[in-house]
Amino acid sequence: MSTQTATGRFGRFGGRYVPETLVPALLELEEAYSAARADPTFDAEVARVLREFVGRPTTLTPARRLTEAWGGAQVWLKREDLAHTGAHKINNTVGQVLLARRMGKKRIIAETGAGQHGVATATACALFGLPCEVFMGALDVERQALNVFRMRALGAVVRPVESGSRTLKDAMNEAMRSWVSQVSDTHYVIGSAAGPHPYPTVVRDFQSIIGKELRAQAMAAFGRLPDAIVACVGGGSNAIGVLHPFIGDAGVRLIGVEAGGHGLDSGQHGASLTLGTEGVLHGSRSLVLQDADGQIQEAHSISAGLDYPGVGPELAHLAKTGRMEVRTATDDEALAAFYEVARMEGILPALETSHAFARGRELARELGAGKHLVINCSGRGDKDVATISARGVPPAVGVKA
Amino acid sequence: MSGEIAKAFARAKARGEGALVAYAMAGDPDLPRSVDVFTALVEGGADVVEVGVAFSDPIADGPVIQGAAERALKAGSTLKRVLDEVVPEVRRRCPETPLVIMTYVNVIMAFGEERFAKLARERGVAGAILPDLPPEESADLRATFDAAGVDLVPLCAPTTPRARAEAIARDARGFVYCVSVAGVTGMRAELPPDLSQRLDLVRAAAPVPVVAGFGISTAEQARTLSAHADGVVVGSALVRAAHADGPAAARALCAELKRGLKR
Repeated sequence: MSTQTATGRFGRFGGRYVPETLVPALLELEEAYSAARADPTFDAEVARVLREFVGRPTTLTPARRLTEAWGGAQVWLKREDLAHTGAHKINNTVGQVLLARRMGKKRIIAETGAGQHGVATATACALFGLPCEVFMGALDVERQALNVFRMRALGAVVRPVESGSRTLKDAMNEAMRSWVSQVSDTHYVIGSAAGPHPYPTVVRDFQSIIGKELRAQAMAAFGRLPDAIVACVGGGSNAIGVLHPFIGDAGVRLIGVEAGGHGLDSGQHGASLTLGTEGVLHGSRSLVLQDADGQIQEAHSISAGLDYPGVGPELAHLAKTGRMEVRTATDDEALAAFYEVARMEGILPALETSHAFARGRELARELGAGKHLVINCSGRGDKDVATISARGVPPAVGVKA
Repeated sequence: MSGEIAKAFARAKARGEGALVAYAMAGDPDLPRSVDVFTALVEGGADVVEVGVAFSDPIADGPVIQGAAERALKAGSTLKRVLDEVVPEVRRRCPETPLVIMTYVNVIMAFGEERFAKLARERGVAGAILPDLPPEESADLRATFDAAGVDLVPLCAPTTPRARAEAIARDARGFVYCVSVAGVTGMRAELPPDLSQRLDLVRAAAPVPVVAGFGISTAEQARTLSAHADGVVVGSALVRAAHADGPAAARALCAELKRGLKR
């Protein structure tokens, strides 16, 4: 089931609020994307690269010890952390770079927060031989040194952005400005299911592979659809990717977990669905963190990937209509969940993903025994170890001081 | 239609000049001193004044105007304060010169479209330019503005195909703002060679004046373009001059640009 209208709207949200210079490029992208989707050879090529290079399908792993510890529903992990480059982001960049090549574009640009989308874009560009520039907030460049190195090693140029809050939103502004200046030969690979139409649709479609695989894997593993699926939400690409194929299944609870940062009362968080108001940011109408004068506020999260004051328009629509439940997890809760998952399941989840895990216990208990809860494990935490270790040495387990 | 903008262009034409549309950022370096800058633009010969209202995420602007927006926000500039404290004072000092608000759509949405249109007209604003509001998204807002008598000025870009450019021109209010270069605001040493052709095309279709903007900073550029346009917009060069050397420098640059616009 689609929640989308022909004009790129999801209810009141979406649209195309960009400088006129970009409109023809967006129309061209929309047309090229429709043509590609109608061409079975395009889908076949995307599928081939996902299988051969990305390592899809990713597994659906039973989390036995968490299930036992939480004492409720059976917990399953959809393992996007096992995809090449370590997160779901590669699903979208492979698709968009193939699309850009089909459109004859000579240069790729992208923005990145935590660096996962930048690495995924640089990887796809290396694979297909296209030059790549990645805009990244200067603050994120500092806190995600590993991913900055990975992008450079893959041949991409990383452009630190010094304006504004020096994070993802400013990187996206700068990428858009760069795109306006070289729109004829450049494709802008947006990493979130955000931005002007048709990006929210394009990104969602490429990411929907997660939910499509999950449907089949759930049937094989436990003979029915999950009772609930939970995903973290920054811009929302992993969330819409895993949730979208289930929108029409009324029996499946869809749950998004946003960054609560230092707490919802602190003013320092990334909870656009929970506390945002309607506005226009980065080319689409959605829920955004803004003040009464319409100035965009800086978001905060321990996770660079959730540190964004907007959210994809389709998720805003799903949240407003009640189809998706929205919860939040604070920085501290995410950190605690990181260690819990590491020690119980042998997986270091990304800090983004740790937000989804942080609500796992209560969701497992709400659902109860005999139900099935799937947590979308959107990425792995290697990139975050510096951030996490800076908060102190992890407590030892089973060793008395 | 306010009619005020048309009159200003007609006055320039009657004097044998292209019109100068001059931009400055309200609240840079603070609200009262920006009033002095706007006044200086008019004293220097500006025919229409664009009053920039700062937005935190200006995707159509280059570094000069982005910097001005950051200073203005730090100085406490808001759309409400611009309408209350800047516009009335500039109108009092320069009653003949139409004022056009230039900002981003989110600032207007947050304020309330109808509330803005009504208050803007009351305070003497003749039009508005919203660079992130293309024709597909502007129908409702334009109807609201039309009802209040505020012209929503459309933009046309170098990447805009001919038929689309003609449609934008035919339907324009106030004037058509032809973006000269594919890019953000800011000074350019050279303008694209096909610009004059594009201006001619838009001008043939438009019932209102047509101006070229983005990248224009010198009297020579203004002179070249005024053969193909009813006027030019200058922003970044004026913002930079005012920021570096104060209102007098902006006044002097306006006067020099006006000399370039004499036919």
